[in-house]
Amino acid sequence: MSSTVKSSGNVNQLGLAMADYKGARSTLCAGCGHDAISSQISRTFFEMGVNPYRVAKMSGIGCSSKTPAYFLGRSHGFNSVHGRMPSVATGAVVANRNLICLGVSGDGDTASIGLGQFCHMLRRNIPMVYVLENNGVYGLTKGQFSATSEMGARLRGGAVNDLPAIDICKLAIEMGCSYVARSFAADPRQVVPLLKGALSHNGTAVIDILSPCVTFNDHDESSRSYSWGKEHEELLHQIDFIPHFEQLPEIDYAEGEMQQVELHDGSVIQLRKVEKDYDPTNNAHAFKMLRETREAHEFLTGLIYIDPSASSFIDRLNLVDDPLALLDEKQLRPGPEVLDQLMEEFM
Amino acid sequence: MSIVKEQTPAPTADGSEVGEIVNEFSIQVATVNGSGSQSANNVLMRAIFHMGVPVSGKNLFPSNIAGLPTWFTIRASAKGFIGRKKEIDILVAMNRQTVRQDVESVEPGGIVLYEEKLKASQFRDDLIYFPIPFSALAREIVEDSRLRKLVTNMVYVGSLAEVLGIPMAQVRRGIEDWFKKKPKAVQLNVRAAELGSEYVAENFQRDSRFRLRQMDKTKGKIIIDGNSASAMGCLFAGVSVLTWYPITPSSSMAETLASYLNRFRIDPETGKATYAVVQAEDELAAIGMTLGAGWAGARAMTTTSGPGISLMAEFAGFGYFAEIPCVIFDVQRVGPSTGLPTRTSQGDIFSLYFLSHGDTRHLVLLPANMTECFDMAWQAFDLAEEFQQPVFVASDLDLGMNNWMADPFEYPQGKLNRGKVLDKEELERIGEFARYKDIEGDGIPCRTLPGTEHPLAAYFTRGSGHDESAAYTESPEAYTRLMDRLSRKHETAKTRIPQPVVELPQGAEIGVIAFGSTHWAIEESLLQLKREYATELGYLRVRALPLTGHVKEFVERYDRVYVVEQNRDGQLAGLIRMEIPENAGRILKILHYDGLPIDARFVTDQIADAEGLEKE
Repeated sequence: MSSTVKSSGNVNQLGLAMADYKGARSTLCAGCGHDAISSQISRTFFEMGVNPYRVAKMSGIGCSSKTPAYFLGRSHGFNSVHGRMPSVATGAVVANRNLICLGVSGDGDTASIGLGQFCHMLRRNIPMVYVLENNGVYGLTKGQFSATSEMGARLRGGAVNDLPAIDICKLAIEMGCSYVARSFAADPRQVVPLLKGALSHNGTAVIDILSPCVTFNDHDESSRSYSWGKEHEELLHQIDFIPHFEQLPEIDYAEGEMQQVELHDGSVIQLRKVEKDYDPTNNAHAFKMLRETREAHEFLTGLIYIDPSASSFIDRLNLVDDPLALLDEKQLRPGPEVLDQLMEEFM
Repeated sequence: MSIVKEQTPAPTADGSEVGEIVNEFSIQVATVNGSGSQSANNVLMRAIFHMGVPVSGKNLFPSNIAGLPTWFTIRASAKGFIGRKKEIDILVAMNRQTVRQDVESVEPGGIVLYEEKLKASQFRDDLIYFPIPFSALAREIVEDSRLRKLVTNMVYVGSLAEVLGIPMAQVRRGIEDWFKKKPKAVQLNVRAAELGSEYVAENFQRDSRFRLRQMDKTKGKIIIDGNSASAMGCLFAGVSVLTWYPITPSSSMAETLASYLNRFRIDPETGKATYAVVQAEDELAAIGMTLGAGWAGARAMTTTSGPGISLMAEFAGFGYFAEIPCVIFDVQRVGPSTGLPTRTSQGDIFSLYFLSHGDTRHLVLLPANMTECFDMAWQAFDLAEEFQQPVFVASDLDLGMNNWMADPFEYPQGKLNRGKVLDKEELERIGEFARYKDIEGDGIPCRTLPGTEHPLAAYFTRGSGHDESAAYTESPEAYTRLMDRLSRKHETAKTRIPQPVVELPQGAEIGVIAFGSTHWAIEESLLQLKREYATELGYLRVRALPLTGHVKEFVERYDRVYVVEQNRDGQLAGLIRMEIPENAGRILKILHYDGLPIDARFVTDQIADAEGLEKE
């Protein structure tokens, strides 16, 4: 971990270099989709000029949940217990509302053991970026199906999944999530703007990223493989992210070709039409699109649903501006007169 | 007003004169759950309290909203005994389902006030009966049948006041206290109590054996339940994050604390909260949130009972291993499983001390009275942050939900102890930071909070094996070092937790050890043993886990030591035997585990029997 600020070369507005956003060396398998996502996370935070000290990296258990050690080495991390990162993240952001919370989870961690906490995190709209590194398989326990595996999917060893998949994006919309996206670990041009948009969003931003497991689930017929992802990817739109600290580019698009969504912090997401007409602020439309593409075995990627006006859990708690964790004794412990008053009530 | 006069049977079985019993008896009110008797019973208890007579109130209620039998026991004790008294001297019988069993439970010569339709006097002829048409009297002042059910209860308060000699002014005061902001309710209930009182005055000549007379033993005292006392302790601990999931008998602690926070922790300038209360989706999430908040630097807590403790086991181990402060209140109820959800127990001692897989030992505070429910609540937060680990406070349903008399609480001494937290300036000054390094030899490392703006501040919290720098490792040496340091920290904690309270009377040859709410039965039993058997016992009350050297010293003093507790397996006795195996043979168990609070007579009988004591 470098503590020196690069004074020349490629630095961001804080004067920090890309290296300052990296973490320890990964111990995952070579070619793992998760490592690609870690790189995109480092790049996103570097380009957004996020102060790493403000970031809390949260995870559960599994291959995906190990990755927060491999990016943002200057940020505090919390590798919690299986499926329960959302509750820990909730406590952390409630205690310190200034933290920028980034959760990384896997499909077992989110869709099986953690399904309950995932849903309640969304219901509360906890302000955090929630990256789901989705490979349809349990890696650390050497290759069992997860709840996001397609029905009929086959593992390399021949086992067949006979249960239907849970569609995390559909579930997220149903649970009231106000930022739902899907992407592909091999598509950094899409992952990065989606991550940036997520960072600018007020509430839980879920990005479900197909992240192939090269060891247990990357064979050609697997719907969680690199090759399948490349062949079946259906882009909803081309995404550009313009951060609040930059000017909007002046480019003319034909009517209906481009949609702009202004985010909570003033940043803007520009969505350029590819083939279909699609409005990601329309909840019902998003739901329909997810269902149809799943039935057609298409791998739909992009910003699926967004409600930029959503209020977060922190807004609803009516907290003081200072983080609760940093309040001093005078703010925390009422004076003796309060105890006297209470004693009087019990006499 | 139409009044039915009825003759009551002979006062006692043998018809002899009986002396007056003043300010030393128990009253049991038997009603139906959901009938609104809570107000009446509280008014009655407070009226006695306002007469200066020490009093306690215990609610024995079913896990049910309405329809099942429920009992409220009030004990008046001039001597100041406020534990449970099993013997019932005075019965108010209002429940047809249980009237026979209720009448059978009264001590010979006791008195029974009953709804006259229940014909309670048919069951025994050695009691004094007061048949009273409570519901008919209530009908005279209330039309509405639902409201009448509630008011009926206040009629028996008035009748009982007349029988026992509670001045109507005290009843009125009790009613005014209870229905503070509802003048109409005050008026109606006062009228109901007067009706009950007048009926007794007009229809029954005989004085009862039991009298209440004005004393001055409650002056300056409070009457409070343990959950409120603990909630207050948390308020003055400066708690800033409360996460909880509703479960009897702990819910009222969280709800009361939330109301205190709302009253006293709103910033007057901005109108914004200096706290957060989160009702979680389950106990797994409640403790997860608490740990997340504690990790981020807040004073964080959760409240629960047995089933919640079971669910929290994995995170509790995480908190111990990754060293994260938080406070967990366990208001114990009867287990295992759902058990008896509305009955009391001390059955979570093993669970709490070792909660988690792997080698784990927690700090557990064991309050026995209202003052300790308050004090240990704020002390728990100091200990949690000082030792960077979850701290459990284990009360029980009897302490938590019943009413106890106490001296007013004292404002916490000293400043909040926030533990070894390095901020930006200290990191700059020291120039290095390793999260799990034992610098001072006490086993307690330094921590930083997320958000600390210094390149040295960050570390990676994990439940997996880690070295001094918090880096992942499976090294056998690093793991052993870590576990040994955690043991060292546990040893340090022994010097900082509440120490046992010890009484060593001259000439005592046997000892007794107890903790928590069992204390009240022990205190009274020790006097019974002295008075009835001329036997004195040493007494040690454990106030926290881990056990300290005091327990060993105490056990070594005596040939036999009885460990009295409210569980089947003798959990504290087991821990003591484990800690001092050389003296394990001296440890004997007295166990009470039927879900009702332990009482003094039970302890006295058990010890007298085991020791072969002869009455004086």
